[in-house]
Parts: sequence; structure tokens; C-alpha cells
Amino acid sequence: MVKIQYFASLRETLGAQNEELALPEQVGSVEQLARHLSQSRAGEWAVLEDPSRVLVAVNQTIVERSHPLQGSEEIAFFPPMTGG
Amino acid sequence: MISVRSADFDVAQLYAALREEADNAGGIACFTGLVREFYEPEHRGSEPAVKSLFLEHYPGMTEKALADIVAEAEQRWDVLASQVVHRVGELHAGDQIVFVGVASTHRGDAFAAAEFIMDYLKTRAPFWKKQQAGDTSEWIESRASDEQARARWEKTT
Repeated sequence: MVKIQYFASLRETLGAQNEELALPEQVGSVEQLARHLSQSRAGEWAVLEDPSRVLVAVNQTIVERSHPLQGSEEIAFFPPMTGG
Repeated sequence: MISVRSADFDVAQLYAALREEADNAGGIACFTGLVREFYEPEHRGSEPAVKSLFLEHYPGMTEKALADIVAEAEQRWDVLASQVVHRVGELHAGDQIVFVGVASTHRGDAFAAAEFIMDYLKTRAPFWKKQQAGDTSEWIESRASDEQARARWEKTT
């Protein structure tokens, strides 16, 4: 199972805060997970496939979309940061 | 030291801690960020002033991201001691929101490392601001100028 968290405006847009998910067999990367969530849930979830609007962290480190997934990671989707 | 918390901070205490920790420092650069009272300039005048701000973060990753940023600064400059404090939760116009202080042997490294930490903190540490004015609240959009400020530190080699 992967643990997925959503933050800030993305959390509100999707109406999702966190969830646990068993990765489908064809999902082996961040990009494939985003496509899986986008296609299986439709609507607002399509935004996950846009790297300019949604960043991804795996095990609390920001990664590229090509980053591989084993199936037991902590994954987070969030908009570009606005701290400071 | 890195601290992410809702409580306010005392710049004099943080400065004193830097002086005490940094042996034989030649200078200390300190930056304090404050909550501004207004919307972005294009909205100014047409919208009510921002009265409060809510700071959301990603507990766990926030501290890790800040530690990574400080470690990178320590690799690139002569950093004898550093202090990074970022507040989360509800803040109001005029409140202190962030502090970055760096002690170094010479001023050039202190200024550069402090600015580097701030530029990375704004674009690579998982904080998000939601502003409230009157009855409405909205998430603040990231700015290209912040990303450009960060990108200029990237090594060209």
C-alpha cells in the first residue's frame, strides 16, 4: 500500500486529504500513478497530470515524474509552494 | 537550529544564539519576513486589505526540506552557525513569519548563504499561504519571480 496525501488548494479542489492505495500492476512510476488517478476518477483529478500545477514528493523528497514507485511509499501531491 | 512552529519568535534571542554558537565569527546576517497587509499589486485598491493569513505545511517534510537547504548552504559557503524559524497556522498583518540568520567569518558568505536559504525556502519547502480578507479566503499563487530567484543559485557547471 502507498500512503497518499494532498495539500493546500489541491486538497480542497479534490476534496481529498489522505488515503491508502494498493498500486495497480501497471503503475510503476509517479507519472503512471498520476495518470491512473486522473483517468479512474476523472473531473478535477486531471490536474494531477500537469507538472506545472502539481508537484510530487516521495518519502518527503520532491521528485521528477519519472521517479519509480515500489508500492510502499509515502507520496504527496501539492501545488507550488508559497512560504517565506 | 531549525524550528517550524506557530509561536512568535524573538529576533534578539535568535541573534544571541548565533553569536554564542559561532566561534570567532566576523559577521551575522539576519533576515526577518513579515506578513504584508495587501493583496498583490494588481489587486490593490479593488480588494479589501488582507487581515489574516493561514500557513499550511507538510509536517515531517517541512523540517527535512529546511535541513537539506541549510546543509546545501553549509557546503557552498563558510557557515559557522545558522538559525531558521518559520511560523505556521494563523498569522495577521504585520506579524513575523520567517527568520533566517547566518554567522560567518566574512560578510559575503553570511549575506549569500542567508539569501540562498530564503530563496530555496520560498520555493522548495512545503509551505502554502491562504489569505483572508473580509469573508473571502483564497490560496496565494506561486510567483515566477520567486522561482527565478531560486534558479539563479543553480550551479552552471
